[in-house]
Amino acid sequence: MVASSLHKDASHDQVVVDRYSGLARINHWITAISLILLALSGMSMFHPSLFFLTGLFGGGQWTRVIHPWFGVVLVFSFAGLFLRFWPANLWRREDSVWMANPADVLSGHDERLPELGRYNAGQKLVFWGMSLLIVGLFTSGITIWDTYFFAYTSIETKRLAVLAHAALAVCAILIWIVHVYAAIWVRGTVRAMVQGSVTGGWAWRHHRKWLREEVAKARPD
Amino acid sequence: MAANQGMTLLRKSASDEKPPTVLPGDDGVAKLIDVSKCIGCKACQSACLEWNERHEEVGFNTGSYQNPHDLTAESWTLMRFSEWDNPATGNLEWLIRKDGCMHCADPGCLKACPSPGAIVQYANGIVDFVSEHCIGCGYCIKGCPFNIPRLSPVEQVVHKCSLCSDRVAVGGGPACAKACPTHAISFGTKAEMKTLAGQRITDLKSRGFDQAGLYDPAGVGGTHVMYVLHHADKPEIYAGLPANPHISRLVGVWKGAAKVAGLAAIGAAVVGAFVHHLLAGANRVSKEDEREATHLVEEAD
Repeated sequence: MVASSLHKDASHDQVVVDRYSGLARINHWITAISLILLALSGMSMFHPSLFFLTGLFGGGQWTRVIHPWFGVVLVFSFAGLFLRFWPANLWRREDSVWMANPADVLSGHDERLPELGRYNAGQKLVFWGMSLLIVGLFTSGITIWDTYFFAYTSIETKRLAVLAHAALAVCAILIWIVHVYAAIWVRGTVRAMVQGSVTGGWAWRHHRKWLREEVAKARPD
Repeated sequence: MAANQGMTLLRKSASDEKPPTVLPGDDGVAKLIDVSKCIGCKACQSACLEWNERHEEVGFNTGSYQNPHDLTAESWTLMRFSEWDNPATGNLEWLIRKDGCMHCADPGCLKACPSPGAIVQYANGIVDFVSEHCIGCGYCIKGCPFNIPRLSPVEQVVHKCSLCSDRVAVGGGPACAKACPTHAISFGTKAEMKTLAGQRITDLKSRGFDQAGLYDPAGVGGTHVMYVLHHADKPEIYAGLPANPHISRLVGVWKGAAKVAGLAAIGAAVVGAFVHHLLAGANRVSKEDEREATHLVEEAD
């Protein structure tokens, strides 16, 4: 094989496929950590029963101070992910077929579903959903960041923004739960973001079209 | 200021001051501001700054007596001056309203606050901000229907009129009422203040102010700061006093349905994920999948 994303793993007698570069993984984990910190600090100000979470950040004042700055980190970090991954998340015809068969998706019968490229429809919806939510959360968040931006909007606008911020945050947390659960449920996925590679079998089972593309790229012309 | 747990005074020696005695089931205390008696001297503003140890910056004149130009985290009360051309009489009326916290029975600030104990409502009706628990988020500013609380850029906590809860706790009245030279500001039980207001309204009506009345808006459950207005049918002419104040519906949804539905949705998603894993089991890559992949790659070589 020429220099490619495909490697032989002799010890396990299987093929290994590179999926995420080191920079992509760093980019992902900065985003992940800032999202978790945002969720914890945000939830503590969302419901009194969760106010104890402010203890993680040094109390209520510090939580209020630092939450928006986590948001700034997330926006820049997610922008990096967006630029990296948007072309692979464009909608394809097979995605609609995948979406039309939720029973096969949820029961893990990948063999009954069409061959997929780098991402399936669920992953694409997570990607676009998060992209839109982060734009909305950033906009509404700036509006209620009173320390710096109080003077720029009316109180009525801020009321709308604070409600929107809470609602969008709940949606983002729901998408995050789907994202994390899917990564755990579909075994062999987490190593893509930890080690950067997946096994050939994983690629064959879940993203066969992508595997075929990688194989075609590796073929010496 | 820390929360006061003062005892209720019944009598006070060598004093004409009758401390308001609030018993359980009473309507609590109230401050009555008689707009028709106010001369705009700002003694109340000075007394407020002095008693509460607030320090307003030296301002600038823009052609209005109103100074400072708005409530601030320092100035918890403000004389608002309005000029109103009365169409019925052709008179130009100079309306002066002492603005500040209304101490709503249903306080929007308290409903919006996310920090336990940062806003308290005493049994006597006073709504007080407890700075050591305030996190400076400004949610109370969004909850308030009267646009009263102000975020201090220095302390990063929010301030407003405390109705001098520290003075009331030891049987005194608010500093503004004490300083007022025309008795435009009175303080006592809410029942007493309503009686006093009734007398003033009768007097004003006999002087040609047919629409004189009491401002104790029901939309916020009544307030513990009330106004006697000579034009109670048009509260807006007094520097935008709202005719029917109520907690914004957006704040109601945010602090009501959204909180419950949000946590429920998140909880349901977590439970749903667990249940799915129990029922569907892990989605594993089979040996056959690995063989197929190896075969595909070797074929290509």
